[in-house]
Amino acid sequence: MPNFNFRPLWRYEDQFIDGVLTTLLLTVSATAIGLVIGIIGAVVLRSGPKSARIGVRAYIEIIRNTPALLQIFIIFFVLPTIGLKFSPIQASIVALSIYFGAYASEILRSGLSSIPPSQIEAGLCLGLTRWQVLSRIVLPPAIRNIYPSITSQFVLLLLGTSIASQVSADELFHAAGFIDSRTYRSFEVYALTCGIYFTLVVFFKIVFALVGRAVFRWPTRR
Amino acid sequence: MALVEIKNVRKNYGPLEVLKGVSLDVEKGEIVTIIGRSGSGKSTLLRCINALETINSGEILLEGQSVSTSMDGLRQMRQKVGIVFQAFNLFPHMTIEKNVTLAPILTGKTDKRGAKELAFSVLERVGLADKLNAYPEQLSGGQQQRVAIARCLAMSPHLMLFDEVTSALDPELVGEVLKVMEGMAAQGMTMVLVTHEMNFARNVATKLVFMHQGRVWEQGDPKTLFANPQTPELKSFIGHHAR
Repeated sequence: MPNFNFRPLWRYEDQFIDGVLTTLLLTVSATAIGLVIGIIGAVVLRSGPKSARIGVRAYIEIIRNTPALLQIFIIFFVLPTIGLKFSPIQASIVALSIYFGAYASEILRSGLSSIPPSQIEAGLCLGLTRWQVLSRIVLPPAIRNIYPSITSQFVLLLLGTSIASQVSADELFHAAGFIDSRTYRSFEVYALTCGIYFTLVVFFKIVFALVGRAVFRWPTRR
Repeated sequence: MALVEIKNVRKNYGPLEVLKGVSLDVEKGEIVTIIGRSGSGKSTLLRCINALETINSGEILLEGQSVSTSMDGLRQMRQKVGIVFQAFNLFPHMTIEKNVTLAPILTGKTDKRGAKELAFSVLERVGLADKLNAYPEQLSGGQQQRVAIARCLAMSPHLMLFDEVTSALDPELVGEVLKVMEGMAAQGMTMVLVTHEMNFARNVATKLVFMHQGRVWEQGDPKTLFANPQTPELKSFIGHHAR
């Protein structure tokens, strides 16, 4: 049995904390931008002109069927050759937003499709505007229907931010590699890093569950 | 001037012509029931009245005005025409009170304070004033349909359309909905119904319209038509439903 010793890691507390903060920055930024992409994508898929629908469909399929690592490399290493330069953090946010946006488009589209057209009809027949029908009648149950999948996708994104380490964005996994190279305590470093990711995910899952329970109170048919 | 004037309306889905030149007037205060076999075009005609379906030719006038094609015009018209569907179509995420007051609040018919009173008064008319805080899923089909009626009443409509509103209900729940509709009829509401409830058509309606193959086949006083149908089609239809 090797001797485990976590003590040498304490010196790197700041690096771990910075890593966590960067991981959260990447996750939250990519989620926010990705959701905007997703809303636009979903609306186009449902009611956009045909050429736009084909474009969005192509975007979704390309992003979902190629490695995220490759996507981030293209943003960071290939785009500068055509004059688009990003810092590691910027490149990571751009790549992860595009990545999350593709999944969000598909999830949000399925959410909108889960609402029967008769609900929209009922709203229009009461003399409401299309926007009122969308925001008051369609979205609340649609969001409830996709809540489990969009929150799972958020968790996958949080864990997936570790690939940003490959373009030297100093998020948690990158910090772990750095600390490992300084301390040679691989097991301890990666065990701790694992624990941090796990704790972050469990924290968000609890928050999502509590928020879900507080917001989605109406009974559904089962 | 009739409240609704339908003039030679044609409607087709691709090559299938569903309405083959339908003309019909609905006077203020009239209770018009439209009967006919499935596929005769009766639901389509009803849905054309509040422009849920677009018509291919002809004209529909509401209170003398042609049904507008602009979004704004459509909305204004729909605020005056209530429609109740076979499948209730209540909003599952809102309480009964919210279901009923959503449109009056959003269209500026009432403020939030007046909304509660409005909800209470229309729900009282359908016998559900005690269900203000319930959700649709907690109600029976008959209760949900009565809420759907109350939701229309909250907009003080000039005209109410009913599209087979009792067809999705268990038999024992049909009566409570019909009773509410009879109450509205007695209070002078102008109503157009597509229905299979022959007793309602015979006893409550002031006008009976029999549709067949996309045309108004016969129309007139319900009791007279039921007793003395002029065409073999209506005769056979009544015969089927008398059983």
